[in-house]
Amino acid sequence: MGQRIDVNHENIYYGDFLAVEDVNINIEANKVTAFIGPSGCGKSTVLRTLDRMHELIPGAHVEGEVLLEGKNLYDKDVDPVSVRRDVGMVFQRPNPFPTMSIRENVLAGVRLNNKHISKSDADDLVEWALRGANLWNEVKDRLDNPGIGLSGGQQQRLCIARAVAVHPQVVLMDEPCSALDPISTLAVEDLINELKSDYTIVIVTHNMQQAARIADYTAFFNLKAVGQPGHLEYFADTTTMFNNPQNAEAERYISGRFG
Amino acid sequence: MAEAAKKKNLDGAPVIDFDKFRPTRSSENARKRKDYFMTGLIGLSFVIACIPLISVLWTTLVNGFKRLNLNFLSYNMTGVVGGNPTPSGGYGGVLHAIIGTLEITGGAMLISIPIGIMCAVYLVEYAHGGKLAMTISLLVDVMSGIPSIVAGLFAFSMFTIVFGPGTINGFEGSVALSLLMLPTVVKSCEEMLKIVPNDLREASLALGVTKQRTITKIVLRTALPGIVSGCILAIARVIGETAPLLMTAGYIASTNVNLFSGQMTTLPVYVYQEYSKLNANCPVNADASCVPTIPMERSWAAALVLIIIVLLLNLIGRVVAKVFAVKTER
Repeated sequence: MGQRIDVNHENIYYGDFLAVEDVNINIEANKVTAFIGPSGCGKSTVLRTLDRMHELIPGAHVEGEVLLEGKNLYDKDVDPVSVRRDVGMVFQRPNPFPTMSIRENVLAGVRLNNKHISKSDADDLVEWALRGANLWNEVKDRLDNPGIGLSGGQQQRLCIARAVAVHPQVVLMDEPCSALDPISTLAVEDLINELKSDYTIVIVTHNMQQAARIADYTAFFNLKAVGQPGHLEYFADTTTMFNNPQNAEAERYISGRFG
Repeated sequence: MAEAAKKKNLDGAPVIDFDKFRPTRSSENARKRKDYFMTGLIGLSFVIACIPLISVLWTTLVNGFKRLNLNFLSYNMTGVVGGNPTPSGGYGGVLHAIIGTLEITGGAMLISIPIGIMCAVYLVEYAHGGKLAMTISLLVDVMSGIPSIVAGLFAFSMFTIVFGPGTINGFEGSVALSLLMLPTVVKSCEEMLKIVPNDLREASLALGVTKQRTITKIVLRTALPGIVSGCILAIARVIGETAPLLMTAGYIASTNVNLFSGQMTTLPVYVYQEYSKLNANCPVNADASCVPTIPMERSWAAALVLIIIVLLLNLIGRVVAKVFAVKTER
């Protein structure tokens, strides 16, 4: 089952530069929440704070709280490594490990954490994750082939399979379809729809139609001017956001008048 | 007139005559000529670069082959008197030098490869361009310019201070060689780690993998083929060193397998020593089995053995790199 995320008064910094200010957002469990907004408004930055990937950049830090099912991810005694096990992430460009086969890629999360896994358990896990990612039927005869030999869309679904194989509560997706062709995009979108029964999904997208198609809730991020911090402008369920937004900036953005 | 030349479009943008920029026939011909000329020049440079290489290989092969046989490979230089054959029927050999070369270079590898790789990991994964990293990089660059004789002097004086004056053994040679290897290993490993895409580090960390395991299992693993070839290059650079080894490892005629005690001969030192002898003495009434030119012939043969060892090392490196290469669809 997915878990909910509540973000309270979050300020995000790159060194001294305040990149995103005062984000307050409640992300429902087992729903798809989309982040939209113009370039540079900090959507991906906010996303990356939800699994503490943001702080990997030297000097980057976060103020405020991110509560995963009530527990603050930024508490002093919380290990970022274990946060990332609960909150998985899929990136913009498909990035399967080039030294590994399809099978090894799926098992990477378990194996790299030095957990021992018997062969039959591994077989089951590989099949479960690949079926979950709608990839099983395409690759079941060539599990030992290299992962980077797949097409871009298959690679991205392999990355999703790799992310769900560690069984996270939440899956974050940072523009997962922007490097894919329309058919692969459709496959990934279908997959997202199925995944939300098991996981909470947060997706950053530049494609508003995509947000309208797959998201239950949509958050619109904006920035006042270049060089100014970004902020969460408007958050609503997707129907309201795209049909009857109660926010002038959001309406202008959605109707394509800027951004 | 001037106003007509500077005619403007309605929106104020200048009018441009694009025909002026179009390539003319003569400029195309000139480009073609230039192309032929440069192609020829580059081809010629390639041939010139190959001439010394092939010449060296050919000379070594021709001269070295004369004395390269099983006897030469399985005996050392004990009991060799002048140009006379030894009781075994040969004229001395390089067994002790092969053993010395392998042990001393192996010792240098054991010292410099782990340190070099860890140093590169620090520079790429941990330092983030800090002051310490800049200092290390600078020192590594400076180190790569150290003359080999200075490395030899350093090792010699270090062992003199620590183990007493006049200490000479194989391991001292290893230390000297590792000083020469280290910068090459650090530099090549650093470059290889840098080209591992950051996506892979993020992918691994996002799976909840620790930084340590990300570095060992993903970053180093992906960079492994490059690291192996970098290390082989570093080895190939030091395996032919003579000067620092003359100073630190010495030269003996008998076989010494103990790296940590007693003098040791390596192939380059052997080549140098035999070459210095120029000619061997033969008694006035000696028969044809006494060869006065034997030192020079041994020298060439030993050089050939050294080249073969380097070649084998390279082959091993290539095989290892191939086995661990990043997999692609066949």
